[in-house]
Amino acid sequence: MNERLTTDTVVLPKAQRRRTPRRRWAEWLVERGIFLVSLSTILMVFLIFAFVAREALPVILRKTNNARSATPVTAAQVSTMPPEQLATYLGVTIADLKKYNAETVKALVELKAEELSQNVSADSRVNTTSWGWMLRARQWVGYDKPEYIWQPVSEIPKYNIIPLFIGSLKATLIALIFSVPLGVGAAIYVSQLAKPKIREVIKPVIELLSGIPSVVLGFFALLVLASILQGMFHYSSRLNALVAGVALGLTVIPVIFTISEDALSTVPSGYGQAALALGAAPWQVAWQIVLPAALPGVFAACVLGFGRAIGETMIVLMASGNASIMSGSIFDSCRTITATIAAELAEVVFGGNHYRILFLLGALLFAVTFVTNLVGDVVVHRLKRKLEGAR
Amino acid sequence: MDKPIIQITDANFWYGAKQALFDVNVSIMPHQTTAFIGPSGCGKSTLLRCLNRMNDLILGTRVTGRIAFNDHDVNAPDVDVIELRKQIGMVFQKSNPFPKSVFDNVAYGLRIQGMTDKTELETRVVKSLKKAALWEEVKDRLHESALMMSGGQQQRLCIARAIAVEPEIILMDEPCSALDPTATAKIEELIQDLEKDYTIIIVTHNMQQAARCSDYTAFFYLGRLIEFDATNKIFTNPTNKQTEDYVTGRFG
Repeated sequence: MNERLTTDTVVLPKAQRRRTPRRRWAEWLVERGIFLVSLSTILMVFLIFAFVAREALPVILRKTNNARSATPVTAAQVSTMPPEQLATYLGVTIADLKKYNAETVKALVELKAEELSQNVSADSRVNTTSWGWMLRARQWVGYDKPEYIWQPVSEIPKYNIIPLFIGSLKATLIALIFSVPLGVGAAIYVSQLAKPKIREVIKPVIELLSGIPSVVLGFFALLVLASILQGMFHYSSRLNALVAGVALGLTVIPVIFTISEDALSTVPSGYGQAALALGAAPWQVAWQIVLPAALPGVFAACVLGFGRAIGETMIVLMASGNASIMSGSIFDSCRTITATIAAELAEVVFGGNHYRILFLLGALLFAVTFVTNLVGDVVVHRLKRKLEGAR
Repeated sequence: MDKPIIQITDANFWYGAKQALFDVNVSIMPHQTTAFIGPSGCGKSTLLRCLNRMNDLILGTRVTGRIAFNDHDVNAPDVDVIELRKQIGMVFQKSNPFPKSVFDNVAYGLRIQGMTDKTELETRVVKSLKKAALWEEVKDRLHESALMMSGGQQQRLCIARAIAVEPEIILMDEPCSALDPTATAKIEELIQDLEKDYTIIIVTHNMQQAARCSDYTAFFYLGRLIEFDATNKIFTNPTNKQTEDYVTGRFG
């Protein structure tokens, strides 16, 4: 006994002296490495946002203007005009302008005046890329009341983003109304009430739902779901917010289910046992004890589901009907922000107004999800604190 | 002498293929405290959980023999297990108040029985807290979270919660094992008070505790009941050699 003690006390410090610094170096290195990896993900998110926002910057800062000048320039004014201004007015470069003789310039000025007098509607004098007309309704020529219109390819391009936000929110809310009760309900059943054999079947099957490519789900919504729902509700436009929302819901259910199920399963079994021992039925335990205790996790699941739904593109592109109309009805077609970006970005002029506004939409979508997650996080923390009893 | 409130006859119990109880025979007398003692894994908690059928929650368990509560077999097919648990309350080893307010914790059992009248609920909650000797400490914080209380208070809250539904029997599964001596003393005192109104069965590792607060003691070893008698006799003059070795601290 004594002998062993002495050898231990002599040998151990020696070994430690030799090993410790090296191990500390390794630990420091690993720690820094992990820190850098986590930092890089934050950097990636930031860079993506910065790139998207940069493309939209001229629109955000009101540097774009697509209004046409109001009054045609007369021949007398041309002689007093500085060449730069004239070139801009005629839409030619200064170098070209200098090559032209007076006759050509005169002809160009007349041509321009004629052009302006022909389509000098009130609309053409409006800068449709300004924040005001992107957000406010306008009574366009030919309309009998002010309207919110997204019509980027047109004689007068109209970039009102409100109908797209309405479309996105409509589809997302329908998706959540459809998927939250189903996802949370299934999670309660699987984690609290189901027999293990049933659980082993249901859990992977629901999680499999998240493995279905969204284009396949969109296809299903387009061909099958749309017909079924039309048969049930007898509405006129076959593809609409309801079809898109329900199909979106199918992709959101596994997200909500998986995270809620985890949250419900980690509720200490003591709570449930105490309630059962008081004579509570299993469904009462699940509903009155376990669900309230898991509420922060379940709420977080719903926030994630919201992010998934509002960011989903392919399903809404295929199933929503894509009409950018202002309507509160779920039986009308809708056009979401994501579908708009996906459908239009490939066909816009690089660097043009339309291009920039699509990037603006992307940045706004990013901001919406960011704010939602932030608010969700605050609520989750509040709920947690309330459960733990602190005030 | 009274009729036993619980009569256990030839009880055998299996967790899957492993047998945990062998031919156990015990009679529990009303308004007495019975202690189950024995080393870990001797089956005392298993037997306790058989009485209110909490073992139903564990898959692959099997029980034979007869466990009669007021002359009715608790394992009979016509028994409503929810009704049974309302009559046989339980306090667990680890205090487990719900993450709700003190009031809601005690009121939970009453609410699930359908009591909605506010004044009636209040009277019953106050009465239970007083019985559990907790009223003075919590009367100003009834609507604060139960999780803010100390461990000993939480365990007494669990007792208050169990007695609020006025069961006939209270099962206690090592209720003091996670508590300090002061809190333990309070609960032991409480057990002696509660004896007037309830029949108490307590599982304990602490032999002094069994000696202090029980009328009868059952000593288990390896799933068998070795000796069952008045507590006084078990601790001063046990019949069985194994019991004597255990209560004198020679093994276990």
